[in-house]
Amino acid sequence: MAKKAFNPDVDAPVYKGKYAPYDIIKEGTIAVVVVALLTVVLAVLFSSPDEKAVTIKTWSNATPMDFVATAMTELDGTSGTATYGPPYNNAATGQQVGPLTLAKWMGINVNVNTANDFVVAPLSTLADQPALTTALTTFAGASSAQRASWEADYSKALGTGTFSGGTLQVSATNAGPVPVMMSALTAMARSGALDQALVTAKGFYTTDYTKPLLFMADGSFLANKAQAQHLSGDQWGMMNETGSYPGQAWLWLYTMWYQVPPFSTSWGANADALVWAFMMILTLLLALMPWIPGLRSIPRKVKIYRLIWREHYKNA
Amino acid sequence: MSTEIDRQWTTRLRKTVVEKLPPDKLLPDTQPAYVASWIYVFGVTTLAALAIVILTGCVLAMKGPLWWHLSGTGHFVNSLHLWSVEIFFFAMVIHLWGKYFMAAWRGGRQLTWVTGVVLFLTSVGAGFTGYVSQTNYDSQWISTQAKDGINATGGGAIFNVLNLGQMLMWHIVLLPLAAVALTAVHVIYVRIKGVVPPFEEVK
Amino acid sequence: MGLTGLLGAVFNLDHVGKYIHWGFIQLSVSNAIVIGLMIVTFISALFLPFPGRRNRKEGK
Ligand code: HEM
Repeated sequence: MAKKAFNPDVDAPVYKGKYAPYDIIKEGTIAVVVVALLTVVLAVLFSSPDEKAVTIKTWSNATPMDFVATAMTELDGTSGTATYGPPYNNAATGQQVGPLTLAKWMGINVNVNTANDFVVAPLSTLADQPALTTALTTFAGASSAQRASWEADYSKALGTGTFSGGTLQVSATNAGPVPVMMSALTAMARSGALDQALVTAKGFYTTDYTKPLLFMADGSFLANKAQAQHLSGDQWGMMNETGSYPGQAWLWLYTMWYQVPPFSTSWGANADALVWAFMMILTLLLALMPWIPGLRSIPRKVKIYRLIWREHYKNA
Repeated sequence: MSTEIDRQWTTRLRKTVVEKLPPDKLLPDTQPAYVASWIYVFGVTTLAALAIVILTGCVLAMKGPLWWHLSGTGHFVNSLHLWSVEIFFFAMVIHLWGKYFMAAWRGGRQLTWVTGVVLFLTSVGAGFTGYVSQTNYDSQWISTQAKDGINATGGGAIFNVLNLGQMLMWHIVLLPLAAVALTAVHVIYVRIKGVVPPFEEVK
Repeated sequence: MGLTGLLGAVFNLDHVGKYIHWGFIQLSVSNAIVIGLMIVTFISALFLPFPGRRNRKEGK
């Protein structure tokens, strides 16, 4: 069998030189001790961030009108979640990489129907409120055209609505049962009961916060807080942490693509899918580096290795 | 003629292991003279930081996910966990740069490089699931933002970043297991192959 | 100093951080410090002499 030609970027020369004592276990032990000490020092010096979680209760008490406006978009199906598409619902195709509708292919596995899950179902858990029960019955019995017309009327009136003295004042005259429902939902939210109803919809034990998180993400309370802390996507926020702690700095390349054209401009609608696709290609290039001519020759050509092995070359 | 004992799976496994990785290769007492640079300590430092990350994570696990919000000691252990993670990534990235500039995949060491890259990805995933498992405002914001990226790939159908239980399991069971297993393969492969020799300089 | 004193941060980082803006780049000062330290550490590791190699020099 013919011997293949030696390729300096693929093959390594056979080392025939000296060996020297090297205590790897001692080295490892020292490393553990040093890292442990450094960890303790950093923890004592800087502690760690822990900004309390937001609740629908805090949101609806801080900015009730933002809460009501968001809840209305959940009911009439115009919120971010309601129009999201897979994996939550089939209101849209979801993002695409060219003709590839990856999200759609994977299907709707985290079913969310915002009108029912965020508004109607939680309201139905409230007992002993005859006016609300009647409103819910009326709403359930109405045609979708009828509902849409009530919702449109209420949404329009919401612009001049106010919240004062613990009550919601929206002068909608042709909104059917919607005003009663929205007032009840707001009261429920402000008491904290909505937070609870959203997580316990499937039973007592829960570890799934998909619904309250989607609901809150549709409003502007969570996002405004993030903006103030420099955490938004367009602020390279993925790398950042609450307070002034260092964050996930290693996400710099991923978050960078979102800031530059065409991802930030003409590809914007599918930016997530395209940035991911791009990052996967780059990652593949990194992983397959040893097999990629050109890329794998860079280390030999930039000669940084001469610094690392300078003793070796000096003695050679 | 091979005996029954020679044909045993157990015997064959032992022979293969001992042949590929005899004790003096697993725990060598010398290194080639060219192993003389601070760059070489970043692999071990990454390994040490991984150990501290896991140790502090285990302490947090003992008391459950909400403990650190409620107790000063818990918060301190959380700080230890966070800073050991920062050291871990710090060391790992320098390790990666070093190995790249040595082209340390040469001489049949491609698997070491590839497991390294996969370890980097696993670690990013472990860090991410950790951030979304904090059960505070940071995790709310990160998860509601990150969902769009993951959903766009179709991954959201199986990996729901808004499901705390799921994320916590990935963070404290699946990804640490993967990281430790991959690290074992990575380091054992280095021991089998030995440290990559320098480029030959043609004068 | 009590245990609580020891466990609290010496430097409080619980305030909105400072950010660097270079053209389209936005970076928190804390992340910039971490990245800067990584580069400095890498360069130092390349240049600083590695101690403890008794057999390094010929004939020793
Ligand atoms: C959990 C993360 C990692 C750990 C614990 C780890 C640990 C180690 C250790 C202990 C060594 C041997 C000592 C040394 O040469 O530094 C090593 C070697 C190596 N590592 Fe890593 N590593 C990790 C990640 C990575 C990454 C991200 C890469 C690159 C993409 C990488 C590439 C390599 C290569 C190519 C070698 C072989 C060096 C040689 O033969 O000279 N490792 N690693």
